[in-house]
Amino acid sequence: MEQLFKVSSNPHVRDKVTTHSIMLDVILALVPATLVGFYCFGLPAVITTVLSIATCVIAEYAWQHFMGKTVTIGDFSALLTGLLLALNLPAGCSWYIPVLGGLFAIIVVKQVFGGLGQNFMNPALGARCFLLLSFTGKMTTFISPCTYDGVTMATPLGVLKEGGYEALTQAFTVKQMFIGTIPGTIGEVSAIALILGGAYLVWKKVISIRIPAAYIITFAVCILLFGGHGLDLNFLAMHLFGGGLMLGSIFMATDYVTSPITDNGKLVFGCCAGLLTAIFRLFGSGAEGVSYAIIISNLLVPLIEKYTMPTAFGMAKKGGK
Amino acid sequence: MALFTFKGGIHPADGKELAKDQPIKEYLPKGECVYPVSQHIGAPAKPIVKKGDRVLAGQLIAEAGGFVSANIFSSVSGTVTKVEPRLTVAGAMVNSIVIDNDGLFETVEFSAKPYAEMTREEVIGAIKQAGIIGLGGAGFPTHVKLSPKDPDAIDNIIVNAAECEPYITADYRCMLECPEKMIDGLEIILDLFPKAKGIIGVEDNKPDAIKKLEGLVAGKDRISVAPLKTKYPQGAERSLIFATTGRSINSAMLPADAGCIVDNVATCMAISDAVKLGKPLYERVVTVSGDAVNAPGNFLVKSGTCVAELVDAAGGFKTQPEKIISGGPMMGMAMSSLNVPAQKAFSSLLTMTKDPVAASPVSACIRCGRCVSACPEFLMPTKLAQLADNHEIDRFEELNGAECVQCGSCSYVCPAKRPLAQSMATGRRQVLANRRARAAK
Repeated sequence: MEQLFKVSSNPHVRDKVTTHSIMLDVILALVPATLVGFYCFGLPAVITTVLSIATCVIAEYAWQHFMGKTVTIGDFSALLTGLLLALNLPAGCSWYIPVLGGLFAIIVVKQVFGGLGQNFMNPALGARCFLLLSFTGKMTTFISPCTYDGVTMATPLGVLKEGGYEALTQAFTVKQMFIGTIPGTIGEVSAIALILGGAYLVWKKVISIRIPAAYIITFAVCILLFGGHGLDLNFLAMHLFGGGLMLGSIFMATDYVTSPITDNGKLVFGCCAGLLTAIFRLFGSGAEGVSYAIIISNLLVPLIEKYTMPTAFGMAKKGGK
Repeated sequence: MALFTFKGGIHPADGKELAKDQPIKEYLPKGECVYPVSQHIGAPAKPIVKKGDRVLAGQLIAEAGGFVSANIFSSVSGTVTKVEPRLTVAGAMVNSIVIDNDGLFETVEFSAKPYAEMTREEVIGAIKQAGIIGLGGAGFPTHVKLSPKDPDAIDNIIVNAAECEPYITADYRCMLECPEKMIDGLEIILDLFPKAKGIIGVEDNKPDAIKKLEGLVAGKDRISVAPLKTKYPQGAERSLIFATTGRSINSAMLPADAGCIVDNVATCMAISDAVKLGKPLYERVVTVSGDAVNAPGNFLVKSGTCVAELVDAAGGFKTQPEKIISGGPMMGMAMSSLNVPAQKAFSSLLTMTKDPVAASPVSACIRCGRCVSACPEFLMPTKLAQLADNHEIDRFEELNGAECVQCGSCSYVCPAKRPLAQSMATGRRQVLANRRARAAK
């Protein structure tokens, strides 16, 4: 019998980029922000992060194992969800917060809808919103940065909501917000660390700059127009760097599964999230608005994709059917 | 240097360093030669020789079976031993003429009328007689391409010298070693279309070829060299037309509808041979490359040569390949066996020690959108592949799935290693079958 070779449909080569390598890149991009969070909030931040990651990975393993599915924890997507959830939680919250959050993210938001690629909202954000509604007190109690004494403190946006712009400028500077020595969730405090991570992802072509750019620009325009402080750039900077906007726009809104795959859709999606964030922050009852803005935008993705489908090459002039 | 290009596409590792510096060597087949009667798009050719006939190299052995068809010539001297179905590159059994090569290579005397005295019809007739088909891979009969409905509407003759497929260096070597012949072929086509200008599109990863061609066309005001951005699939017909002329065509149109005729390097050379020398198409330059052969190189190969002989020409196997491919790694066809003939449009034999496809398990789509960005036809491969897999063919057609050119860019970039191009090909075949069925009603 003559030697037979493998046959398959073209192409016969594949790019080196894999789902696993993409997840690893995102995790790597989150390392600076995570480390700043650990530095600011100490051991409680580490414990919350470990609990969150462990819950997500174990939940995914257990679900897939008992449902007789292929176990895919090796692609690191559950690990990434756990990390993102932790970065969206206050350091030192009760142990059951990250555990319940992780279970909700993996089981309810991700696996029930069919696992990786099938969930319609960002698992980490879905879980965060679930926790915010269920444990509002624990989710909005933040410890003060770099003191390691467990003293609680209001976040910049919290101060702004309660005491107004003047109180905010007395309590914090933009520089503090940029570096990260402010109270907040573990991963949102350091704008510079998040921007660094984002730049790495854009450079590695893991994410397109379209979503963060459209998001941030739309948000900034809305704040300048409707923020009530005119062209006060300090006020704008505090809105940009004082809350979850950087973490949300760079790492949460760019989640592949829950954002549009079309180029124009990415812009529309970013604008949508930016607009909603501004509305929630300026007119809502809560200080923050990023999480809700993104998960609501997630729900619009099928619609956005439908209307931003690219016109096939050569089909623009003649409707060649 | 202004570079011409298109939107979308990918940058696969090009692998051309293996064979690009190897001069073209003539390879004379040792064993029997096999000539499938269907090596082109269109009707199969009709054999005009029978078992026992002695034939010479360059002798007509099967004549075109219609207007869209092509003559087939023997490339060796010897005796016809069989006319029977044989395995071909595409994996199908095709009726083939088998000639027992006597190793003498006695060749027919070629003769041609002086070019200056030839009419337009005689030139196209000579091209038709020589059995020339598109040698880039598609195998569309060239005389049909050169007979558009409205010849006056043709204003661009584009030579496809992009050679964007990784590993293949056959056209590149021709452009370095005998560019005059290619330019002569282009000038013959330009004489057929007096209103047209000639554009030679070359990817900028071949700077020496661009330089050489620019020198040669310097005095010719109808011909220009267009350096193209090195990006796959720069040499896909629609992408090339857009890059060089800014015009867009879809699957319902021919290049001629955009005033363009596109021929590749080897085809232009064959046209020159046919018109100036009266020499039919029975040999071409083939790249034998990949990491499984000892001495990758470029060979002038007689059509009908057994592919297994080409492996020997390249020094035999260094390692046992898992996969062998006719053509390039992006659009080429994987062959189950080496025991097939190299036919007219056979441009390359690629040997791969490891098959990356088999080594890449498929996982769930993460909707990263890489396939959408890479698609040169601006389609949404992941969505179309899903529709094709679910047999939702009407929706597939609505979303222009039939516009897919099978370049494979989507499968290449997919991080979940999904065979998107394969699903799209399946969907596209069903759309075309449905359209034929509708048209037949």
